[in-house]
Amino acid sequence: MQAIELGVHRKRVVQVGMGLTEKPGNVFGVYHGIRQRTEPAYACIGCGMCDLVCPNHAIMPAHNDERDKLRMHINLGGEPRRRGGRRNDPRSLLDEIKFVRISMLTDPALDAGRHEFELRTLLGRILPPEAIVKVARENGWIPPVREIYPLIVGSMSFGALSPNMWEGLQMGVAYLNEEKGMPVRICTGEGGCPPRLLRSRFLKYVILQIASGYFGWDEIIHALPDMKEDPCAIEIKYGQGAKPGDGGLLMWYKVNKLIAAIRGVPPGVSLPSPPTHQTKYSIEEAIAKMIQSMSMAWGFRVPVYPKISATSTALAVLNNLARNPYAAALAMDGEDGGTGAAYNVSMNHMGYPIASNIRDAYLNLVKVGKQNEIPLFAGGGIGKNGNLAANGAALIMLGASGIQVGKYLMQAAAGCLGSETDRCNICNIGLCPKGITSQDPRLYRRLDPEKVAERLVDVYMSFDTELKKIVAPLGRSTSLPIGMSDALGIADRNAAERLKIQYAV
Amino acid sequence: MCRLFAVTSNEALSPMVAISALDVMKEGHDGSGVGLFLTDLGGDFERFKGKPILSGIFSHEGLKTLDRYMMGLDFMVKYELLIRPTHEPPAGTPERDNYVIRVYDYPPRWEELSADEREYRLMMCQLTLRTMGEADSSTKVFSFWPDVIMIKEVGDPMAIAEYLGLERSDLRARTMLSQGRQNTNYAIDIYACHPFFIQGIATMTNGENTAFVPIREFLTSRKNPGYTGYQSDSEVFTHILHYTCRTLGLGLEMYKHIITPLTDDELERHPDGRQLRLIKQSCRPLIIDGPNCVIGCLPDKTLFMVQDSKKLRPGVAGGTAGIFAFSSEMCGLDAAIPGRDKSRDFQPMKYDTVFVGPERQEIEKWNQWENLPHLHYPPKICPGSFSGARKSAPSAVAVRRSVPCRPLNSVCTGSA
Repeated sequence: MQAIELGVHRKRVVQVGMGLTEKPGNVFGVYHGIRQRTEPAYACIGCGMCDLVCPNHAIMPAHNDERDKLRMHINLGGEPRRRGGRRNDPRSLLDEIKFVRISMLTDPALDAGRHEFELRTLLGRILPPEAIVKVARENGWIPPVREIYPLIVGSMSFGALSPNMWEGLQMGVAYLNEEKGMPVRICTGEGGCPPRLLRSRFLKYVILQIASGYFGWDEIIHALPDMKEDPCAIEIKYGQGAKPGDGGLLMWYKVNKLIAAIRGVPPGVSLPSPPTHQTKYSIEEAIAKMIQSMSMAWGFRVPVYPKISATSTALAVLNNLARNPYAAALAMDGEDGGTGAAYNVSMNHMGYPIASNIRDAYLNLVKVGKQNEIPLFAGGGIGKNGNLAANGAALIMLGASGIQVGKYLMQAAAGCLGSETDRCNICNIGLCPKGITSQDPRLYRRLDPEKVAERLVDVYMSFDTELKKIVAPLGRSTSLPIGMSDALGIADRNAAERLKIQYAV
Repeated sequence: MCRLFAVTSNEALSPMVAISALDVMKEGHDGSGVGLFLTDLGGDFERFKGKPILSGIFSHEGLKTLDRYMMGLDFMVKYELLIRPTHEPPAGTPERDNYVIRVYDYPPRWEELSADEREYRLMMCQLTLRTMGEADSSTKVFSFWPDVIMIKEVGDPMAIAEYLGLERSDLRARTMLSQGRQNTNYAIDIYACHPFFIQGIATMTNGENTAFVPIREFLTSRKNPGYTGYQSDSEVFTHILHYTCRTLGLGLEMYKHIITPLTDDELERHPDGRQLRLIKQSCRPLIIDGPNCVIGCLPDKTLFMVQDSKKLRPGVAGGTAGIFAFSSEMCGLDAAIPGRDKSRDFQPMKYDTVFVGPERQEIEKWNQWENLPHLHYPPKICPGSFSGARKSAPSAVAVRRSVPCRPLNSVCTGSA
């Protein structure tokens, strides 16, 4: 950010002689140091890289707790603030949820370290038992269903992330699958997929996302005949939690030749996706036809599901999906979702909290008896304060079949500096000091893909242990405790009523 | 932990056989309830094989309500065993007016009904009577079904049996389930006493099922009015079996595969892994999370026992040709059938289902690793044959079909 620069400084040293005869005097000297720049364009973002490079730890960023003094400068030219990162609100309802149903004496709690646990979830349209018996007998079409690990690497595009970050995540996912036996899946986000990956056997670990900009889909379609494996699934993005109802955004700073080539666009231009898929005009069109088209492209062998921003109208979408036999799932992204670039106002004020939205959706499915037919995937703010497993387990017990996580993985696997207090937040302009969201090789070479992969594996292994440490005392081990709301409690009566869980103080 | 005892015998036995076995196992239950399920009846009830029998507890006012309701439906009482205690109940047992076991004659109009419809209406009668007495506790109904008697009460099993005078010559059965209940995490409620019953199917369980809430939500969303109650987490076992048999038209081995499916890795190695995986995925909300030992009785009087896949609850089966018993404790089995060959006792493990068919000749064992019958051939290990099984496409009204449970059958068997 160049908030500090080299400077030559004048230094006055007071010299006092030992006797009385000599008067105290000054000596003026010169030294070389650093200086903080005061122009608003170079305001310190608190990334702390200065501290990292200073051999003496002589400098560190300090958070200014006063109200923002940059308002006079922030939307010069009539352009409101855009930024990357997170919502900058440290509060989290998910953190307040406790697991209160502990198996004590009437049934033995399990040993998280020794028992076998079945913690996989399903992604795909699951036929009801009556139908599956009939279809199995008649050899009919059975929708594709993937057995996957319930923690999905959320959709972060190639372009939003640097090549090294993307490569590290992909390597980590491949290792988790092939060495650890954990069927972890990663979603590409809206940015296409590198051609070699499309033609490799690792594609089966990847969920390809298509969104309103269709970036990268020329490449994907051309690669279809050469694909050795089907992708895990196709995610159709209709909305995301960080900027609900406002399409994707990749700012021009990051659109270099490589990104431009993969996305099929000219370099150096901003890439805003439209807020909706422009060729569609109704829910039936937007969802049903697109799901069918995408299903058909892979011969109905690949689950296709929409992802929407969490919204008070989510149930209308869900009810439509429930009647669409090709809809494989519904992913809902809450207001706390992160992004590489968005308008500040979208990030801070738009969207619906994920906990109550996922609960409403699940209970609505229970009402119509389809709670096992359309898996719900929750995203947005999971682990925002570091409690990944607890937040994830709470959402699963509220009714989610799995969770999608991005920001936590960027922090844990690559050292992202973002916090909920407006720290850094410059993912949008390609200057990520860690090289996570930069497309400048001088920056992203700071990130070692091997290390990212290694840390990603560490995160998953520790998440797995923590998840077992949550479900084992609840007496659960034979299946993921989806909808086990009797295990949950919260010390907020209104939240308890809203979520239909116990009020526990 | 509850104590369970079930017996099936060629000779009609007194319910005291089961009560005595529970008493021997007394250390294991706290006397917070006892439940008895009697079928294949002997004694005075043998004469009324096809007639529906109502079992329940009624206040004096509740009895009048019952009479009014049943007469309104044109049911006629054929025979009655009315127990009106004359002395103080044992400690912890509430004072009740009437313990009723009544045999009815079907209304003449019901004679024309299909078996499905008749069975559906019997279930609805039971549910209606139960609902009518819920507000003032004037009526408590446990079963309304041919050849089935159920007795439940809060208190110590032996004390209750003596209090009600269950040692009597007119009360005999060849197949019995009994449970001495230990109240776990739910309130002491008479409807929480096992065994649970729905349309000819009864089960009882020890252990606690921690997956109770999602299972209950799944069952109640099946829109079958019989899937109700749930004062105990164990009632879901009965309803899952009912759903497996009557709605899906599957057999006991699939019940085991539904409540405790093989792991994903095991399914990779199972010869029928593909079909089983489909069932596992589709019935995912019905996967139990025990530890549980389930003992139950099918409509054809087959007695069975299955263990959950963690095997932390005991259960043993033993006996000799003509009489077999399933017990949660070895001492209960010893008390009931002391002369058996103990070396032939069998304790089912995590993959096992054991059952004794209505002919009561041997304990049959079935293991989850065994093949399912081939798609187009008659089932290999399915004794007997029942009409109407799975001919039509399953549908929302399938719950009202008459599909007697096949002891063993599978998803991939074609025709009966």
